[in-house]
Amino acid sequence: MIDAPVAKPAGFEDTVRPHLEYLYGLAVRLCGNRTVAQDLVQAALLRAFRGFGRLRNREQPRLWLTRILTRCHIDRFRAEHEADEMLSLDDEARFDLFDKITEEDPFPYSDRVHLDFLDLFDDEKIIEVLQGLHPAHRTAVILAYVYGYPAREIATMTATTVGTVLARLFRGRKQLERGLWRYAEQRNLIRREGASG
Amino acid sequence: MISCKEAVSRLYAYLDRNLGRVPEAEMEEHLKLCRHCCGELEFAKQVRAALRRPGTKTALTVEARTHIEAYLKDLENERGAKR
Repeated sequence: MIDAPVAKPAGFEDTVRPHLEYLYGLAVRLCGNRTVAQDLVQAALLRAFRGFGRLRNREQPRLWLTRILTRCHIDRFRAEHEADEMLSLDDEARFDLFDKITEEDPFPYSDRVHLDFLDLFDDEKIIEVLQGLHPAHRTAVILAYVYGYPAREIATMTATTVGTVLARLFRGRKQLERGLWRYAEQRNLIRREGASG
Repeated sequence: MISCKEAVSRLYAYLDRNLGRVPEAEMEEHLKLCRHCCGELEFAKQVRAALRRPGTKTALTVEARTHIEAYLKDLENERGAKR
């Protein structure tokens, strides 16, 4: 009788290769630059390679890889991540993009003005706006709203508390809303009442 | 009933199911009666969808894939050489 072949455990390369596209996309969003993103992915792969022996669930390595890449990113930009997070809170917290679009009505003939506003932004513009967020807030916003990780998981990934993650998400959202409006204004993507031309 | 200001501040936590049972019930009660906050809620969902938009900037380029896969090979070869 011939024994059934025993499946060979997947090696490092086979384990991570299906996730390269995902890791690269995450890296570009976090650092806003393709060259830096490629470098970041390689740094994360090196760290993952060294810790591969400790990975228990090799069938689903995405969360593990996300944790590693996020930590690499924070380590690399530690000074920026630790910069004062509390600047201009009052000013920021008052801004509400939904209300701003309603008040300014940048597309007077549209019956879907809020959607039309968001349609101004492709992924490249969104990434540019994200770069204007405080790095710690940006990391939380990307992990939560682009990739859907819960606050508890983001707290583990970023070595902080759930309360801090929730505060960063709140601040990050406000910076994002204001950033989207400013971006559209500065690049003349919207026509405002009283504007010439 | 909670105010619109309070409801708006809870929107994302509500979407994330990060509110406790009581604040969530207060939020739902408010949303049943407030058209403005329903609009805010819908907009919050649309902002998230915009953030997730795929595109050329985040796509792995052939050049980057080539570099990263070569790097992976180097790592594997390094391990093979150490055995």
